[in-house]
Amino acid sequence: MPSFRNSRRRLRAAVAVALATCLVTTGCSSESGSGGATPTGDYTIWDPYPQFDDSSAWVRLLTTCGTDAGVTVERTGYDTTDLTNKALLAAQQDNSPDVLIVDNPVVSTLADAGVLTTTDEVKVDVAAVSPNLLAAGRIGGKSYGIPIGANTLALYYNKKVLDAAGVDPATVTDWTSLTAALTKVKTAGKKGITFSAIGTEEGSFQFLPWFWGAGANLTQLDSAQGVAALTLWTDWLKNGYAPNSVLNNTQTTSWQEFAAGDFAFAENGTWQLANAKKTGFEYGIIPIPSQAGGTAPAPTGGEFVTAPVQSDTARYAVTEKLVACLTSADNALATDTTLSYIAATDAVQRTQVADDDELTVWVEAVKAAKGRTSDDLGTKYPKISQPLWTAFQAALSGSASPADALKTAQTTAAAATK
Amino acid sequence: MTSHASTLARTREKPRVRPAGHDRLAAWAFLAPVVVYLVAFYAYPLYRNLDLSLRHYTVRSFVRGDAPFSGLDNYRTVFADPTFGPALLHTLVFTVASIAVQFAAGLALAVFFAQHFRLSSTLRALFLVPWLLPLIVSASTWSWMLNSDSGVVNHALSLVNVDAVNWLTSPDWALASVVIANIWIGIPFNLVVLHSGLQAIPAEVHEAAAIDGANGWQRFWRVTFPLLRPVSAITLLLGLVYTLKVFDIIWIMTKGGPADASTTFATWSYRLSFGNLLPEFGPGAAVGNLLIVMALVFGLLYIRIQRRQSL
Repeated sequence: MPSFRNSRRRLRAAVAVALATCLVTTGCSSESGSGGATPTGDYTIWDPYPQFDDSSAWVRLLTTCGTDAGVTVERTGYDTTDLTNKALLAAQQDNSPDVLIVDNPVVSTLADAGVLTTTDEVKVDVAAVSPNLLAAGRIGGKSYGIPIGANTLALYYNKKVLDAAGVDPATVTDWTSLTAALTKVKTAGKKGITFSAIGTEEGSFQFLPWFWGAGANLTQLDSAQGVAALTLWTDWLKNGYAPNSVLNNTQTTSWQEFAAGDFAFAENGTWQLANAKKTGFEYGIIPIPSQAGGTAPAPTGGEFVTAPVQSDTARYAVTEKLVACLTSADNALATDTTLSYIAATDAVQRTQVADDDELTVWVEAVKAAKGRTSDDLGTKYPKISQPLWTAFQAALSGSASPADALKTAQTTAAAATK
Repeated sequence: MTSHASTLARTREKPRVRPAGHDRLAAWAFLAPVVVYLVAFYAYPLYRNLDLSLRHYTVRSFVRGDAPFSGLDNYRTVFADPTFGPALLHTLVFTVASIAVQFAAGLALAVFFAQHFRLSSTLRALFLVPWLLPLIVSASTWSWMLNSDSGVVNHALSLVNVDAVNWLTSPDWALASVVIANIWIGIPFNLVVLHSGLQAIPAEVHEAAAIDGANGWQRFWRVTFPLLRPVSAITLLLGLVYTLKVFDIIWIMTKGGPADASTTFATWSYRLSFGNLLPEFGPGAAVGNLLIVMALVFGLLYIRIQRRQSL
């Protein structure tokens, strides 16, 4: 017995050592086999939709696409903030999934890291995709993925509050008329507008329609137009048209404020459409106006279907079929409907509007929208976005004037993107 | 337990039977688990963090694993960053203010509860509630309570005709708000440790002091406080290390904002590494290492004081 016990201990120690070595070198990943030798067999797909389980239409679509291409698909859904790091780590170990569906501003980061193939390499047809949507994944003249759909921002309004204040939403076409409407709402004893100005990427996302709507450019944060946009927000806060809590609002908490029924307007996204129907009050949607009138370019949200680089390039043939299947007109329509997105191609957008009249505003907004990483900004965008959100936080909290805050931001951004 | 004891007995017999080399091997085998554990979960991560802070990482070099060695460049970047000064100041203010109030309140409550009275244990148990709640729950609750427009605190202030305070969204109050929340969370820890420290002080000392004519105040400062010093020291040290690295409360309540007004080293390090679309692992790790060094300095200080006391 003693010898047995001894050997068992030694075994246990050996297992512990082996386990520790695994942890240290991270070399014992269970998926390490799928990246290499066999071109047929399992194809891996990663997506940021953990809300969908195996019985969902989305996962069934993935399986069908796999079967059509003659392979088995192994799908994993990650939290969207998690997915970037997971994708980078997988690439580091040459263990990338065959198809990666990822948030659009991340595409340029991953492409810059050399993780993604171009659409030319994998022969993905991007001709039908609206150029303004495709641009978020274009760097140096090459496309690194194809949008599965898009969402963007617009203004939701509460009809009852506007009626009580005597405001016709159709008259809100530029900043002056919007601010005038807010004044009327406040005089009527209701609350004006809520949005999210939190100090994260989410805040920048919400500020951009106003920033771009003034005609400002991300390469020059402290331009007169940029200052005008920030002054608009700051004045709303000063005059009590917008609550002070916007500084800490995520888009979800901002929506909750609107759903409580006291606010006239809320800046929020396509994805709240389903929730809007549940609020119990009559609502409407108008595009975010630009300073001089007309629809302001809002930033695009939504994911890209990408094909990460594989050491075994023979796999691309099947990957090509999978991507084509996922982005085909019928499948894209189904997926975008589930996700409450607007399609990326004109043809499918027309079908969507024909099916649901309410989507007309959103289709227009998406047509006017612009990728955050567009204009060849690519990986420079994150380095500009952070100074930008610091600037509007400083101005809204009153610790700096809009002009000073943006001047500081421009200095920081210029140094970071040099 | 018995099998354990018999194994121990057997090992003690071994030297007579087995050669010394075998014995050493057995000793190493016994040592291996803890060594492996320490290396895998403490030494290696520390080494990696140090390595990360000494290399110039971009997303590309992270993937390829060929980040060039850049010496102290990341540290220079961090020191030159306009966030450095405010973050250092906030870290110090946050830590010192939190610990001072937590310790004072914890000690006062511990002395209060040391006298046994009815409901004393029930009340003490209630004081432990903040400690039992997950931080995400308490921090979210605080952020709702302190909300500028719909928070209960501002509502209460309005009842007594005090103007609403933008607790989380004004640069003057954001840091104070997170300190208040952190104090509330930290009091139970101080209470529990100091309370058990008080129990260890023999009642005779108090009685002797009382007979000698010392009043309550004198008994506390001349008897209780000095006898509690070792326990106080470890409470303060643990509190310090814990408070230096507090991240969740601040991140959930203010995200370090508005515009860095409540940014500490812990939240700054997180923001650099994970809070942006483009991770900056190098500077993030550098800030993390600065935090470790700060904690280490106080740890060494504690050991030194302890050694001097025991001499």
